[in-house]
Amino acid sequence: MRMSLRPVSALLATALLLAACSSGGDDDASNAAGAASCAPSSGPVTLTYTSWIPGIEEVVAAWNAKNPNIQVKVQTGPNGNGGTYQNFFNQIKAGNTPDLGQIEYDALPGFRVQDGLTDLGGCDIVAKAQGQFVDWTWNQVSFGEQGHAYGVPQDAGPMALFYRADLFEQHGIAIPKTWDEYAAAAEKVKAAGGYITNFSQSDVNQFAGLAWQAGGRWFANDGKQWTVTLADDKTKKVADYWQGLIDKKLVSAVPPWTSEWDNAYNSGSAWTWVSAVWGANSIATGAPKTAGKWRVAPMPQWSAGESVAGNWGGSSTAVFKGSKHVYEAAQFALWLNTSEEALSLLNAKANLYPATKAGATLPALSKGVAFYGDQKIYEVFAQASGQVSPDFTWGPTMTATYADVSDGFKAAVSGKGTLTEALTAAQASTIQTLKSQAIPVKE
Amino acid sequence: MLVMGVCTVYFLVPIWWLFVGSSKSRAQFTGTAPLWFADFDLAGNVRELLAYRDGVFLRWMVNSLAYTGGSALLGTLLAAMCGYALAKYRFPGRETLFNVVLGGVLVPATALALPLFLLFSRVEATNTFWSVFLPSLVNPFGVYLARIYAAASVPDELLEAARIDGSGEVRSFFTVSVRLMFPALVTIFLFHFVAVWNNFLLPLIMLGDERLFPVTLGLYSWNTQVNQLPELRGLVIVGALLSIAPLVVAFLFLQRFWRSGLGAGAVK
Repeated sequence: MRMSLRPVSALLATALLLAACSSGGDDDASNAAGAASCAPSSGPVTLTYTSWIPGIEEVVAAWNAKNPNIQVKVQTGPNGNGGTYQNFFNQIKAGNTPDLGQIEYDALPGFRVQDGLTDLGGCDIVAKAQGQFVDWTWNQVSFGEQGHAYGVPQDAGPMALFYRADLFEQHGIAIPKTWDEYAAAAEKVKAAGGYITNFSQSDVNQFAGLAWQAGGRWFANDGKQWTVTLADDKTKKVADYWQGLIDKKLVSAVPPWTSEWDNAYNSGSAWTWVSAVWGANSIATGAPKTAGKWRVAPMPQWSAGESVAGNWGGSSTAVFKGSKHVYEAAQFALWLNTSEEALSLLNAKANLYPATKAGATLPALSKGVAFYGDQKIYEVFAQASGQVSPDFTWGPTMTATYADVSDGFKAAVSGKGTLTEALTAAQASTIQTLKSQAIPVKE
Repeated sequence: MLVMGVCTVYFLVPIWWLFVGSSKSRAQFTGTAPLWFADFDLAGNVRELLAYRDGVFLRWMVNSLAYTGGSALLGTLLAAMCGYALAKYRFPGRETLFNVVLGGVLVPATALALPLFLLFSRVEATNTFWSVFLPSLVNPFGVYLARIYAAASVPDELLEAARIDGSGEVRSFFTVSVRLMFPALVTIFLFHFVAVWNNFLLPLIMLGDERLFPVTLGLYSWNTQVNQLPELRGLVIVGALLSIAPLVVAFLFLQRFWRSGLGAGAVK
């Protein structure tokens, strides 16, 4: 699932503060549980599951119909950063979490640091399922540690280039294969009266995906402490590249996910979008006038001939530490994220793109899409999914980090400071945030 | 005059935008002028909203009315009784009690939400109707207002006359005092109604079951899913239009009592 804006962060700040003030103390005791507890329960079991996937009830109903002994009660609400994560943290504190919860990859380290998750690595059904998932998605839940899994991968957001085939052809511009070509194309597009794309000033996740592709690594954890490198050389390269486009006014900077933004695509003023697989639906619904005119190509590369993709979004199904039925919860999570029935439903209801290798061959993902001139666009994304580098790690306080970066980005877009400065400043404040939460960090 | 005109326009434009936006089809919403109509299809949009997910929106509206109407009525009554008692009876600790209540005015509801969640968790009552309803009954500002108004508008002589006529304290309160305090009670009710209607954080923290959501939280949760299902945006806009209707009705209906109350106080 994709990440998005964080509109209530201000509202939740008070709650966060309170949570921070009152934390500490009663941990430690729960560490003893761990892997050994993954034994089947006797008798019928009712699990609770919180998720904000639209239409999730119907997917769960399909499970409940077939598993009278493991009934799942589903609860929905706002998306993770919209309040559900904060609720999870509150519930961890109060000891009344649901058994399972939807957690995006970038939020998972935060829950692990708070000791809120069950390590499913000891469940042999989960360990055996590892091979079914695309490698990098598994790394997102295992944090690269063999024999551990702090959730079951659910969906992925491999990135590619959406472009207006008709406009490119009309003006005789070649579809860019490298970022250099993309910048050159941007000049021509500008001359033709459009913008090559919109730089997402407040949605840092897109930028993270671009940095991910370029080889930037924002966080690392050696088991003892965290290293923060938001402004490493690779990321700086990406930041400087986009800064160049912004300075030359070759990209627009409309706030993302607004009707203004839809309109930029609908009216043909934005010609491309480097986005994730779920973006296909965003364009189709946001820009209905342009039906049939879009196509999808692999995202531009930093060196000609390479094939590396970035990722934007994706989530996992995690089992919370308080669950008394880890085995059954793991069974459900595996069914939800590997069975063809569930994956097809999730794709139909909410455009989720599966994290399993086999998921790419779902019937719905092998067909041509009318909005994209019947192009089989999901083949492009299936390929991209295999090209995402597996070793990108998220930090444990991403909400704060995103807020810091996006503040800086917004300023940069309006001409105050640069993207690189924004990243450097966000790095410093992220280190501060980690310290203030007593999370060990290397400076 | 000009300033007022500008202010009026400033405050009405969002509502106008909401109304116009609600009347458009999804395709026209982004493509046409935001402040003027395209094809007028409000009825169709409302129908779509009410049909979406088995009419969960209607359920949210009913929930909101139950949370808000119920707690505003009961809360007003409690505040009135408390303020009246503080104004009309002398008992030890009266001023201390009043000062504590007054202190309550200063604590924002937002800051109370998390402690309330932990309290309700302790008694396993989160994610129930009561977890939102009970905390919403509390209205320290209402107590304050009721005390001041009761002190000014309910003459002691009248109460003594009632006592001499053989009326009990409770009966005097409901038959004599409440009537005299009515304008203040309407004000308290309105304030309380608006405060609970807009209290967003408490339901957000307490509730996990979509069927218990008030309309604000329901629409908000749809709005956070717009990236995923862009078609929700239209529903959120129509829903927002419908969700302000009860507030508008409450104000239009009650403002004459309110105005007469303000006037009465002034002349006295």
